[in-house]
Amino acid sequence: MTTTLQTTGTREIQFREAINECLRQEMELDENVIIMGEEIAGGAGREEQGVEDAWGGPFRTTVGLIQQFGKDRVLDTPLSEAAFIGAAIGASSTGLRAVAELMFVDFIGVCMDQLVNNAAKMRYMFGGQVKVPFTMMTRIGAGFGAAAQHSESYYSIFSHFPGLKGVCPSDAYTAKGLLTACIRDDDPVVFFEHKGLYGISGPVPEEPYVLPLGKARTVREGTDVTLVGISKMTWTALAAAEELAKEGINCEVIDLLSVSPIDYDHINESVQKTHRLIVVDEDTPVCSMASEICSRVAEEVFDYLDAPPSRVTAPHTPVPYSRAMENEYMPNETRVINTVKKLLNL
Amino acid sequence: MELDRHGLLSLYKTMTTIRHFEERGIPETGQRGMSASVHSSAGQEAVPTGMCANLSDDDYIGSTHRGHGHCIAKGVDPKLMMAELFGRATGPNKGKGGSMHISDMSKGMLGTNGVVGASIPLAVGAALTAKVKKNGKVAVAFFGDGASSQGVLHESMNLASIWKLPVIFLCENNGYAMSTPSEYGVSTTHVSDRAQGYDMPGINVDGMDVFAVYDASAQAVARARAGEGPTLIEAQTYRYYGHTVFDNPLTYRSQEEEDHWRARDPLKQFRDVVIPQGDITAEELDRLDAEAEALMEEAVKFADESPLPAPVELYDDVYVDYPVDMMKRGVNMSV
Ligand SMILES: Cc1ncc(C[n+]2csc(CCOP(=O)(O)OP(=O)(O)O)c2C)c(N)n1
Ligand SMILES: [Mg+2]
Repeated sequence: MTTTLQTTGTREIQFREAINECLRQEMELDENVIIMGEEIAGGAGREEQGVEDAWGGPFRTTVGLIQQFGKDRVLDTPLSEAAFIGAAIGASSTGLRAVAELMFVDFIGVCMDQLVNNAAKMRYMFGGQVKVPFTMMTRIGAGFGAAAQHSESYYSIFSHFPGLKGVCPSDAYTAKGLLTACIRDDDPVVFFEHKGLYGISGPVPEEPYVLPLGKARTVREGTDVTLVGISKMTWTALAAAEELAKEGINCEVIDLLSVSPIDYDHINESVQKTHRLIVVDEDTPVCSMASEICSRVAEEVFDYLDAPPSRVTAPHTPVPYSRAMENEYMPNETRVINTVKKLLNL
Repeated sequence: MELDRHGLLSLYKTMTTIRHFEERGIPETGQRGMSASVHSSAGQEAVPTGMCANLSDDDYIGSTHRGHGHCIAKGVDPKLMMAELFGRATGPNKGKGGSMHISDMSKGMLGTNGVVGASIPLAVGAALTAKVKKNGKVAVAFFGDGASSQGVLHESMNLASIWKLPVIFLCENNGYAMSTPSEYGVSTTHVSDRAQGYDMPGINVDGMDVFAVYDASAQAVARARAGEGPTLIEAQTYRYYGHTVFDNPLTYRSQEEEDHWRARDPLKQFRDVVIPQGDITAEELDRLDAEAEALMEEAVKFADESPLPAPVELYDDVYVDYPVDMMKRGVNMSV
């Protein structure tokens, strides 16, 4: 069955505020929830001088938490990702529900061992003795002239590791619901925030709610082609679909939301209707979310396909600095439109 | 080492060039919509200047996200740097890197770096090359007080120490990692105290005093060239502005603190020491300031008149050898 996730409530808040509200509510509901990271509050150690929450997070997603929950539960860390991400994993396996923030996913190399060899494997290696209810919040996304070490969208690598889960919210509603699910989940989950989404607003219920991990949603119904978007690329896919609609082409747009597990059934069902698939993915293409989805669709609903499962992704290069090149690097509306037309032989 | 008249003027020239680059280049870059990756080193000029005056083009440095000063002190052309910041094809990185990745291998400049701590082992590796090749070169790893908490620094210091590599670990302690004060993030009183744990000298210097930095650096470089191994230097300094242009530092530090450090401005201190000695006049230094100002005018013009990279250059230099077709195969690129 297709699960179309419905937005309830009418109050509009920003993506950034939705994250903040979720963290606050989960910390209120469960005293085992703690959060740590660089600049989570900011100005650490200067409380006597009246400094509190100098930054409230590099993108202000954690603002106000330290005032409400104190510095035992809201911890500013030094630049020591291997140590504090590892400590959050250790804390999560010994009774806390730790949330740790890696400022940008590009820095994952510094702490990858802790995620891959500890968080992902402890439960399995220990024969099920332990749960690791750990959430890592991190940031992805190019398009800001921030060059190769601050712009990557590494989510597929996490999906590759058995033992880790991952989600990519695309709007304020999914941000709150999915982050709540991450924090309450008993497995380690990575929550990917696209830098280009913080300012977008949308209706978000005030009360806490959970959107299930592992579920995609359909954000536009259509009959001709299925476009699967991930994170901000869902918006690119939607914009392309709106343009194409003017020419009488009807795209169905699926917002993937979860990169591990992947909601193959939801995608298959759509492809069975449209007979065509394009994955729009900001990550690089080799061994990627896009290649994974294309190959599963080819395997599982081959007989329904009228065209090869296709991809619009970044090229197999790092992210260039100059806008002149970065604009070409990013998947955009035009590329999606051209690919749709190609599949339809137009 | 005693500095002659030429050496003194050269120190000042480097400092004023860095200052002018930051004061002019950063807002100009912002006006061109490329602020996201730019960090000003204004206030910290004495550190790279004092260190690099002890190096030649053949020696190496590894730098940080706050690296414009390191580049200029190591001899990278500010005009080319400006072009890089503006994303132009004439930049040393051909517009691929921007402020956080400026590199110039012809000057032994191993790149500014966006991942805090990541350039430290590169400098260690360059020192290893020098040792294996026995060519007498040395390498300097610049890093911040924030970076001093990264495991990679500690592993690098240990490695350099057991292998007696010709490398200098130069910590620019500007008091903050973003808004986090170093007294919170660093467990020891001084970063330089950590040298003990790795059996190397730890020197703490006033990073606003170019002569103090110069002397400590001379000592460390001599030790490295003599094959006696690494040194850790900590220079106490201050960044005049926020972490980036988006940060208001007065949310975590006071105006009095800023005033205190600005009163110890490295260029001003230089003038206060040197002019009374009589050999160098205020007018000469004013002229160097004016030249730096003119150079920035020229640099902005050069950068603006330089071509943008062609979109297809996106595929250049990913590898030495790899078919471009394979980089875009099946992903429906426009170029
Ligand atoms: C591994 C890593 N973690 C976090 C960051 C984000 N970040 C960039 S600069 C910075 C602070 C660095 O402080 P310091 O080393 O003192 O250098 P300064 O900015 O003061 O020159 C942080 C946290 C990063 N770039 N790399
Ligand atoms: Mg610092």
